[in-house]
Amino acid sequence: MQTSEAKKVNYLSAQHTVASWLLTIDHKRIAILYLVSITVMFLIGGLMAAAIRAELLTPAGDLMGSDTYNKAFTLHGIVMVFFFLIPSIPATLGNFLVPLMIGAKDLAFPRINLLSWYIYMVGATIGIVATVTGGLDTGWTLYTPYSTAYATTNVVMPAIGLFITGFSSILTGLNFIVTIHKMRAPGMTWFRLPLFIWAQYATSIVMILATPVIAITVLMVAIDRGLGLGIFDPKAGGDPVLFQHLFWFYSHPAVYIMILPAMGVISEVIPCFSKKRIFGYNFIAASSLSIAIIGFFVWGHHLFTTPQSMYAAMAFSIITFAVAVPSAVKTFNWTATMYRGSVSFEAPMIYAFGFMGLFLVGGLTGLFLGALGLDLHVHDTYFVVAHFHYIMVGGAIMAYMAGLHFWWPKMTGRMYPEGPAKAAALLIFVGFNLTFFPQFLAGYAGMPRRYHYYPPEFQIFNVLSTAGSSILALGYLLPLGYLLWSLRYGRAAGRNPWGATGLEWMIDSPPSPHNFDETPVVTWEPYDYPDAHRRTAEHAASEAARV
Amino acid sequence: MLLSLFLFPPQASTNAPEVDALYLFLVALCGLTALGVITAMTFFAIRYRRTPENVVGHDIHGSTALEIFWTAIPFLILMFVFAWGASLYFKLSRPPEDAMEVFVVGRQWMWKIQHMEGRREINALHVPVGRPIKLTMTSEDVIHSFYIPAFRVKADVVPGRYTTLWFQPTKPGEYHLFCAEYCGTEHSRMGGSVIVMQPAEYEAWLAGTQTAGGGTPSSGLTPVQLGRKLFVEKACATCHLNTPGGVGPVLVGIYGRQVELATGATVKVDEAYVRESILTPMAKVVKGFPPAMPTFGGQLTEEQVMSLIAYVKSLSDGGDAAAPAPHSGAAPAAPTAPGAPAN
Repeated sequence: MQTSEAKKVNYLSAQHTVASWLLTIDHKRIAILYLVSITVMFLIGGLMAAAIRAELLTPAGDLMGSDTYNKAFTLHGIVMVFFFLIPSIPATLGNFLVPLMIGAKDLAFPRINLLSWYIYMVGATIGIVATVTGGLDTGWTLYTPYSTAYATTNVVMPAIGLFITGFSSILTGLNFIVTIHKMRAPGMTWFRLPLFIWAQYATSIVMILATPVIAITVLMVAIDRGLGLGIFDPKAGGDPVLFQHLFWFYSHPAVYIMILPAMGVISEVIPCFSKKRIFGYNFIAASSLSIAIIGFFVWGHHLFTTPQSMYAAMAFSIITFAVAVPSAVKTFNWTATMYRGSVSFEAPMIYAFGFMGLFLVGGLTGLFLGALGLDLHVHDTYFVVAHFHYIMVGGAIMAYMAGLHFWWPKMTGRMYPEGPAKAAALLIFVGFNLTFFPQFLAGYAGMPRRYHYYPPEFQIFNVLSTAGSSILALGYLLPLGYLLWSLRYGRAAGRNPWGATGLEWMIDSPPSPHNFDETPVVTWEPYDYPDAHRRTAEHAASEAARV
Repeated sequence: MLLSLFLFPPQASTNAPEVDALYLFLVALCGLTALGVITAMTFFAIRYRRTPENVVGHDIHGSTALEIFWTAIPFLILMFVFAWGASLYFKLSRPPEDAMEVFVVGRQWMWKIQHMEGRREINALHVPVGRPIKLTMTSEDVIHSFYIPAFRVKADVVPGRYTTLWFQPTKPGEYHLFCAEYCGTEHSRMGGSVIVMQPAEYEAWLAGTQTAGGGTPSSGLTPVQLGRKLFVEKACATCHLNTPGGVGPVLVGIYGRQVELATGATVKVDEAYVRESILTPMAKVVKGFPPAMPTFGGQLTEEQVMSLIAYVKSLSDGGDAAAPAPHSGAAPAAPTAPGAPAN
């Protein structure tokens, strides 16, 4: 067994041609295609963030002109949201893990899975080409009538890019839902599913139901702009605020497309490094679904300053507070999971701790924004910028990093060096807080977002923020280095380097092209660390007795 | 003290301390929650760290009682925060009846302010201390947002419709005015200041005898006077007579009332309805009148529409206000808004 493992064909070594990658229908290879593509997108978006932070070092707009600055933050937002965060965990870790975790040989529709990557690439390429040639200066939110009638930049092409990319999301969501329903191994009942799968399932529902709305909305923007239909133009009887309702009907649930899979990752990592069952499995699974469902009814909290009805605003506010509860429940359960556990501090756990701290701040500051009278002051200020970066970067990306470090040995068969990995987690945590915490203060002090010139009293916050961002950048570049290094020099990981439960840990690292030699039969509960430990001990004892 | 100056914008309206109180409450609530969770996490992580004696966690599934507890308690606390936030919002959504009115028109990239007494200014708003001020706002182009951090208020300024914002300044001084909704190239420079003055100073400023603090001299006409002039020039007076019998409804006393429409529905005559009736008259025709009014969409500036509304409003203010006779040439003594300087 041990000797044959090294020679066994795995999904990476099965074929080496370029065509074998570009035409693959193996969910694991498609996950790697996504991993490479979104990393490129992250670097482009990150470069724009660096430009923004450098510009904001001083109150005068001295590094670049207003138009350039506006294009930089627009490109940053569009690339990070649509081309990095939305596909990040679902398309990479999700693609890789959904079949493995449920004991399937692939997703239900392997060719559609490849198609979704191509659609993503076409959409992203159009988006990037459009924003580089001529640029786009509407902000990622594309508010009308600025985007439809006043912007002189390239609006139609990125809109088409976003429209196309949407289909990639829809297809991935569809694929996951069908796979989770139909392809679970014998004995893998719904309540034996890892919570990562519950999270992916909830995310997929949001992807399927919400994405068509943004697709049609950006198409309406393109048509309105190209043909002058006046859907959002008050001069033609249209309503510019209608766009905001449609946009946020997708874009608020989109936050859950980013954060639900992140919560799924954390629900795997914390039990593993506590060697303990997850606390309150059913409640965490149910909270994923309730977030996905309630999350559809809170979009109006982005519109408290618009002329929407006072009563509508109150309804949106109360639902917003309600959707905070399931997130709180998850956080309490994660914390309780460590109670009487056996907690160790490998790199994925350090990232998970980072997630907990940052997500806590991000979630709690959301309460400030949901409170109507207070939102009127902080809406569209740096307070909002800080809040959503804590959720999307502090929450989603930190969990993505935790997941990447957790499953990297499975994906590549190699271990990365622990020291640099922990150092990077620490740098990201410190750099992140230094970058974004001062923005809460700047926001409450009254600094509006998307400001290129700003009054000098806000400079202190911006200097701190820019200083933090350079530490953050270092923290993000470090993993790029040691993870690539590990591909060649990392020691072999073995099947289960973390002693984790879950079907993906019972097969080789990297897995064979068809995942499981025999379809597994599941007879145990998820996260059964105490029992897994007992069985391992018994197995070792019997082996010892036999020898 | 110094720290609070640094972390808070000036507190210069009746609303500001109320918003700050909710903010500080939430800072305390969230701070304690975060501290509690982080302390528990840290404690568990250290107390139950892996040791040779502690290699596997205890076999605990969870606790339904705890789950109910930490679902219900946060929910109740959050409903309390909701109620607090909503009560502030409720107040801000309803300007007091006696508020002093100011018109605001936003455009790329400036704020145009029109005082009822005739004075206009750009990127500056002079207001007296201690009086509720109501801004009626619209935009000529894209969506802007009128934001005064020192008053903790903000409202979007939307083309094609009116939005309102009200505040009551409590402290004289000069405060930031920002555009908070991204509106294109010079968004970050679309701003200026709000200057809160003592009432006497403000009166002097209005009269134009005190020019310090910016603001262009007035055109000499108040919005009501300008509206009245337009009412004649645009031949509105031909159909909207003082007494019944005209082609259009009598406008004297109509503002603020409910009118019945040709469709059978009723509508309150407010700023939005008067605006709509001028720009797209066929949208809501009053019952008993022919749909005969020509559209003025595209022919009037936002300021002119606002002046016409101010004029229509003035016809319902005083008992002796009356519409001018048709084709009367030179403007006679104008009906004046309360507090307007004599012509």
